[in-house]
Amino acid sequence: MQLLITILLDGLTYASYLFIVSVGLTIVFGVLKILNVAHGAFYAWGAYASAYAITYASDMEYADWIGFVCIFLAAAAVGLVLGMIIERVILRHMYAQDEVLIALATFGIFLILEDVILLVFGVNPYFAYQPMALLGRIPVGGISRDVYSFTLMALACIVAFSCWWGLTRTKWGKLISVVIYDREISQAMGINVSMVYLIVFVIGAGLGALGGAYVAPTLSVAPGFGIDVIVLSFAVVVIGGMGSIPGALIGALMVGILRAVAVHKMPELELFVVFAVMAGVLIIRPEGLFAPAKARTI
Amino acid sequence: MRKQFTYKALRSAAIASAVAAAAMTGATAQAKDTIKVGVVSFLTGPAAGPFGVPGKNGAELIIDAINKGELPAPYNTKGFAGATMDPVYTDEAGGNSKQVAEYRNLVEKQNVDALIGYISSGSCMAMAPVAEELQKLTIMSVCGTPRLFEEKLRSVVFRTQGNAVGDSIAAARYMTEMFPDLKTYTGINQNYAWGQDSWKFYSLAMAKLDPASKASSNPQFPKIFSGQYSAEISTLSLDKAKVVHSSFWDGDIEAFVLQALVRGFFEDKKFVSVVGASAVDSLGKKFPKGVVMGTRGPYGLLTRFDRSRPLNNWFVDSYKARYGVYPTGPSYQYAKAVLYYKLGMDKAAAMAGKFPTQDEVVAALKGMEFESFGGSVKMALGGGHQAIHEVGYGITTWDKEKKAPSATDVKFYSAECINPPEGTLAADWLEQGMPGAKC
Repeated sequence: MQLLITILLDGLTYASYLFIVSVGLTIVFGVLKILNVAHGAFYAWGAYASAYAITYASDMEYADWIGFVCIFLAAAAVGLVLGMIIERVILRHMYAQDEVLIALATFGIFLILEDVILLVFGVNPYFAYQPMALLGRIPVGGISRDVYSFTLMALACIVAFSCWWGLTRTKWGKLISVVIYDREISQAMGINVSMVYLIVFVIGAGLGALGGAYVAPTLSVAPGFGIDVIVLSFAVVVIGGMGSIPGALIGALMVGILRAVAVHKMPELELFVVFAVMAGVLIIRPEGLFAPAKARTI
Repeated sequence: MRKQFTYKALRSAAIASAVAAAAMTGATAQAKDTIKVGVVSFLTGPAAGPFGVPGKNGAELIIDAINKGELPAPYNTKGFAGATMDPVYTDEAGGNSKQVAEYRNLVEKQNVDALIGYISSGSCMAMAPVAEELQKLTIMSVCGTPRLFEEKLRSVVFRTQGNAVGDSIAAARYMTEMFPDLKTYTGINQNYAWGQDSWKFYSLAMAKLDPASKASSNPQFPKIFSGQYSAEISTLSLDKAKVVHSSFWDGDIEAFVLQALVRGFFEDKKFVSVVGASAVDSLGKKFPKGVVMGTRGPYGLLTRFDRSRPLNNWFVDSYKARYGVYPTGPSYQYAKAVLYYKLGMDKAAAMAGKFPTQDEVVAALKGMEFESFGGSVKMALGGGHQAIHEVGYGITTWDKEKKAPSATDVKFYSAECINPPEGTLAADWLEQGMPGAKC
């Protein structure tokens, strides 16, 4: 029982992290049909901005809880600034191009943003542990766990609920659904598709940045931060179905739980398990578990 | 007349050929004002901050000092066999395929005279065959897998850093001497050559030094640079083992410490870190006290304030003055490799009576013994290509007076105590109970 609780909590912690970083990727793909490789850079920029702000606040001897404010402000700032610049300056001129070309362009953006990180923040790692240290630890299942990981789970739940509510219960959500269904008809009906694209891209970038900003206190924030996460995010999104938010949630849960099982029972399979799940799902359902239905155009 | 002409023509041609051949041969041995050397370390990626940049800084500091003849005696002769070194700093990040291309670029396009560097054991294992193929002198400075010379003898590849065998045996000796009651151990090591070798040799050494000790059946091998260790920390916490061995380095050790610290991990387990001293410096006061810490040699944390000798004092003071921080293990290791190259060049030049060829430098480097910053180094293994030196461990603490991290209960183990004799495989030597070890 003790082991079961531990595996479950470890799996949920990792799944929460995976969901937050991959949901932005799947939203952007669902609406804009862009495989956004630059998502890893948003994650890295979010982490750096957050770590920098938390470290600065700590140096200025502000209260440790200010670190949480820094996390959300950093994510919002990165999503807004980078998201707007990239969508308005680069991507809006490429929507008519082939999807592969756009993916390559986002790969280029990713590389540029990674190098700009070196110019802005240098190569030395940042340690922004204050928010995690502030919350301390609690005993669960016979071992100590950091409270911060529970807040990560709560944040993942809030993000999932917000996405569901935003898409199904708001006017903007309905507009987005219409644009996903048919861009040209939406435009003909008077919907400002360009604005929808901008808003969705900024939200996607902000979610990527939020993932980085929130995990920054648990890590050594160092160059190359966004490379691994983009691979993991793609795996999660492919498992769940490109463009599906419930798919990203289920994909993250599958990968998180199975990885935790592997770490506890067969550590040598830890590296293998993420991609084994992806391969298994693709064999059975090549479009992923929850790929949205495509409209037939005549 | 015609015969005489032909004879003269042939003689002229022969003389011309001989002069040309002599000129071509002499070209490699002519005195040079400048030599070009590739210095490879992580300049980007997660290993850049804790390892690559301190390593590059260590190399840069000593190259400048040697070029100006400013090293303390007896190393105060100017240059490398009189030549000034022009370093070409190159990034080790990007994977082995990229590194092979970079190596070829340095040798074939930039015409470097030698290469110094490489931190990752993966890089060293990938570069050694390329160095042998291109026959370019390469001095590896940090990487630790013993496979580099145990699997094959090399002709132009040297390593001035002791390997994982010495680091692991020293760790096991320290634990059995200092904590004889802690009989059970597990580990968390990165899943590649360095991590696997470290765990293998630590386990073998523990089994021989303390037959009553018991290894966990569930040691952890996460992917290098993975960064998230929540599940691994849970697994280690649930494990009954009292000791946790780790050869984590780069940003991984820092991330692990941050995540484990908040969970009280270091209060429950005795953590043995083979090479985590860079994290002690970077995390400062935040780094937990009571961790058994190694530095892979007489470097950094363990010798910073205690090993007073002109060369070490000069290095610590000059490094602190130039970069604003204390030198860490990689700084020492890169500086040591550069110093070794200088000594080889100078020795070869003295023996040859002229600017040395690569073959003469290689002959001079082979089997050399020299005094480095923290202690002596003997190129005693791998046919005189692999260094052995003392390795120490201590227990982390915070020095309130100096306001800097420090270590207590520091113990050093001599090179002959923790390394097999030449020609013996480390695993076989350990299985036999380390015969002939001089402790």
